[in-house]
Amino acid sequence: MALSQAEVLVGIKEIVEEVAGIPAASVEMDKNFTDDLDVDSLSMVEVVVAAEERFGIKIPDDQVSELATVGDAVNFIVKVSA
Amino acid sequence: MSRRRVVVTGLGATTPLGGDVATSWSALLAGTSGVRTLTEEWASTIPVTIAARVAVEPSEVMDRVEMRRLDRSEQFALIATREAWKDAGAPDVDLDRLGVVIASGIGGIITMLEQYDILKGKGSRFVSPHTVPMLMPNGPAANVGLELRARAGVHTPVSACASGAEAVGYAMEMIRTNRAEIIAAGGVEAAVHSLPMAGFAAMKALSTRNDDPTTASRPYDLNRDGFVLGEGGGVLILEELEHAKARGAKIYAELSGQGLTSDGYHIAAPDPDGAGVQRAIAFALRDAGLTTRDIVHLNAHATSTPVGDIAEANALRLALGVDADQVAVSATKSMTGHLLGGAGAIESVFIVKALQERIAPPTTNIENLDPAVTINVVRDKPRALPSGDIAALNDSFGFGGHNVVLAFSSY
Repeated sequence: MALSQAEVLVGIKEIVEEVAGIPAASVEMDKNFTDDLDVDSLSMVEVVVAAEERFGIKIPDDQVSELATVGDAVNFIVKVSA
Repeated sequence: MSRRRVVVTGLGATTPLGGDVATSWSALLAGTSGVRTLTEEWASTIPVTIAARVAVEPSEVMDRVEMRRLDRSEQFALIATREAWKDAGAPDVDLDRLGVVIASGIGGIITMLEQYDILKGKGSRFVSPHTVPMLMPNGPAANVGLELRARAGVHTPVSACASGAEAVGYAMEMIRTNRAEIIAAGGVEAAVHSLPMAGFAAMKALSTRNDDPTTASRPYDLNRDGFVLGEGGGVLILEELEHAKARGAKIYAELSGQGLTSDGYHIAAPDPDGAGVQRAIAFALRDAGLTTRDIVHLNAHATSTPVGDIAEANALRLALGVDADQVAVSATKSMTGHLLGGAGAIESVFIVKALQERIAPPTTNIENLDPAVTINVVRDKPRALPSGDIAALNDSFGFGGHNVVLAFSSY
């Protein structure tokens, strides 16, 4: 069953807070992981692996660099969960 | 041109006796043991179930997100450095002249073991991207270097249980040779885990006095049966004398010399003749411009192993001659356990405190002094040190036959 955008966003907020210490409230759809949230490349790997585990999906390595914003990640996860 | 002199202007530590220098030092003078029974599940799988863990868990003083990117050894290094740097007055210094030399005997072995478990259990995709920066032996020095933004050089000498002392000596040379004005120097270890403990136990190096942890580490006692593994670390801020004076820094003591030799004898056993230790002491005295008569205190390596304690004691007697009678020898591992690469660093911190307060800490747990020990051991209670110009030595030896002796002088 496809995940909703809202539930994926909640999950991403929790993961980013856990991994990078960014308060969940500031993890919004339009935020850029690198520029706005200061998630560095190593932490981004952690975010991706945690998201895969949480949502039971796969995010191919060549796709990770395309996920610039929180919205990019949420929408990708919603799409592949369908 | 006279040689540049090196002084100690800041101290920091996290040890089995306390989360800072003041707490550790007062517990040491009180003869407190930091050794406890391990409660971790893995402890039941190995023959030794006691160790000296740090008194204050890093999680009590460190941010959660910062911690998860740092090996435990790196956490200890940052905690000790933050205290030492603040103690030195958090000086505004030329970063090009600021260095870091922090050692570890084993490196991030807990990270390595935990990530290996993840690799075998869940697969390579789940191995943390922070694994390599967390397990590399230079990780503690590197993280401190980043925190202080040090640019004169960040180094990690590795010589097993002599590593911490070698780091302090290396930093002294960096200042003497004008590579830096001020350096955070020390050593850390975080190896209380199943594999290193099983390895040391297989060598018969660890005490198996599992039923009586606080008396298990008993240097010079007739019934000593091995060392107790400890964890933690110490950092000293070393500074060129004129640089320290110019900024009005508090000066604890002078790091006046070092002697380094190697045994060329055995990978783990000490040379029973102690020739390498004797030469290291002679070199340290010569380097410091001291004679045996100036030495009033010595923090011994004395780990509580049957062979090692005697080899060192004999070497001290031969190197110091009749003047050994006037040297108050303290074996503080009786209380802290053996911090491996952190040992020489926390013991340097203790020596600096001893010179500053003119008191030698006790050696605990000597019920029956081994009659083969012919040096003047401070037993049970601290002992006052004389007034006037005094000096002290710090012995550290490591598997591989590394001998490091540091000389500190009152200032």
